[in-house]
Amino acid sequence: MHELALIDELCRIAQQAAKDQGASTIHSLLLRIGNLSGVDAEALRQAFAVVATAPPWSSTRLELEVVRTRCFCAHCRQAFRPTDLIHQCSRCGALSSDVLEGRELELVSMEVS
Amino acid sequence: MCGQCGCEQGAPFTPEPTRIVLQRNLLERNEQQALHNRIHFERHGLLAVNLVSAPGSGKTAFLEQLARQWPRPPIGVIVGDLATDNDAQRLKSAGARSVQIQTGDLCHLEADLVARAFDQLETRGMDLLMIENVGNLVCPTAFALGEHLRIALISVTEGEDKPLKYPALFRSVDAVLINKIDLEEVVGFDRRAALANLRDTAPQAEVFAISARSGAGVEAVMAWLQDEQRN
Repeated sequence: MHELALIDELCRIAQQAAKDQGASTIHSLLLRIGNLSGVDAEALRQAFAVVATAPPWSSTRLELEVVRTRCFCAHCRQAFRPTDLIHQCSRCGALSSDVLEGRELELVSMEVS
Repeated sequence: MCGQCGCEQGAPFTPEPTRIVLQRNLLERNEQQALHNRIHFERHGLLAVNLVSAPGSGKTAFLEQLARQWPRPPIGVIVGDLATDNDAQRLKSAGARSVQIQTGDLCHLEADLVARAFDQLETRGMDLLMIENVGNLVCPTAFALGEHLRIALISVTEGEDKPLKYPALFRSVDAVLINKIDLEEVVGFDRRAALANLRDTAPQAEVFAISARSGAGVEAVMAWLQDEQRN
């Protein structure tokens, strides 16, 4: 549900950036979403299809890059990638609450002309 | 295109797309407003708490108890619902100062909605602000409101595996309240399994068992909140 609010914000930021560049067409957007960000990729695509219909959006591609969770183990002093939603260190078995990557909701770049 | 050199004979002029690197967080506007809210809350001497749960878990009932038992009343409550001001009325009857936000079709609170509601709240003599989010365990996760603490509330009638189903939320909270423990036996709630699930998915969180109806356990939550106020 909140994907619509995020897409609104995405379009606001992108449109302002395009305007600053004097561009009239937005060809593509690259969005990075962490798998702990609480958004659903399919819901994002649907929300984008609803919002981005008129120019400069008529032919904009939305590219999504999903970032896998990476945590820090305080015990081993090393980063690790948990295999499921329980963030258990693969080396020592300790639970981590220190998430390094996976919460991203970032408009990385866009192509305009 | 220019009508002089013959370029209109060829393909239409289409400039090469340019790549712009932005690296902009989609939540930045909300996060800036949340920071602003937080400074505002602190100037008013308030500890602010964002309370999140599924619909019907007992957020309002818990806040009614808190309003009655808090040692330095009144508490302030900003309460979000899609429609009606029933919750604000209930909280007023319990002695809280409350402002209702009707979100319409928005499934979560955002920082600017809270800022507007806060302007309507008389904060004199108040040291605790509770923000009751819209009943939802997904969408409120990403939206900071300016709170110092985030609390999730689950009830024994929902089963033991809520933390496994909504890990992103549970990972973001400072405490979890397990409500309706007066019904624990009737519904066959396995508290040990629930605690194990919470330990796995929310190792950072304090856990409290309460009954918002009888008031059991609310005192321990209040002691924790007062500790946090001193820090």
